[in-house]
Amino acid sequence: MSAWKAYLAVGVGSGVGSALRYGVSLLSQAALGGYFPWGTLIVNVLGSCLIGWLAATLSRSPHSQLARFQPLLVAGFCGGFTTFSLFSLETLHLVQLDRPGIALVYIVVSLPLWLGAAVMGERMALFR
Amino acid sequence: MGHGLTSVLLVALGGALGGMGRFAVSNLLARYLGKAFPWGTLAVNASGAFLAGWLLGSLGIASAPSSVWLFTVGGVLGGYTTVSSFSLQTIELWQGGQQLRAGINVGTTLLLGLVMVTLGWLLSGASLSGATL
Repeated sequence: MSAWKAYLAVGVGSGVGSALRYGVSLLSQAALGGYFPWGTLIVNVLGSCLIGWLAATLSRSPHSQLARFQPLLVAGFCGGFTTFSLFSLETLHLVQLDRPGIALVYIVVSLPLWLGAAVMGERMALFR
Repeated sequence: MGHGLTSVLLVALGGALGGMGRFAVSNLLARYLGKAFPWGTLAVNASGAFLAGWLLGSLGIASAPSSVWLFTVGGVLGGYTTVSSFSLQTIELWQGGQQLRAGINVGTTLLLGLVMVTLGWLLSGASLSGATL
């Protein structure tokens, strides 16, 4: 794949992923309220699970149809769907709102869930 | 729904630009610093956190996010930074027997993220006394 095609694919995937992330954040705010940043936690866990599944699936069959869409799906969609800047921003904002306990819970819960989801995604691809 | 659609398009357009920026930075750093450590992801996440903090201080938090906020923070920075690559690269380091590098990646990412977002916010000129810190 030529370089500009890869960039285009990453851009399209990231744009779609970002729009979907925005949708999840609106839905979770409506359903679960704004006290805890559920939306960002949900997208980051789902995105980590998906990238684990994609990486394992692609390494098992590197010449499949799916492999052609790797830039679109991995660096594009998963990258745009998940976000680290909002995670950092929400943590800072919780501290500013005088809720340092919630900020700490947010960090301590997020990290194992992100990594655990990626491992789970890998296993879903390898043991089916 | 016209307003809602505009918001989604602003986030999508920003996210597309941010994602391409992340791809460029990752490729560049992988070329110059090698692939033994996920430098690219660390760099985009640290710089993205800094910019997010700076924009928080500059724009403030409104009850309804402005178009500028949606495009820059929800779109560009949301697409520029990533958790999925961080998760994948961390578990790949761990599974490849590089437990120390995996641990360093986790610690550095979290620490830099929190330091940089705070630094960005402070450097934006947001008054400390005005915040409820």
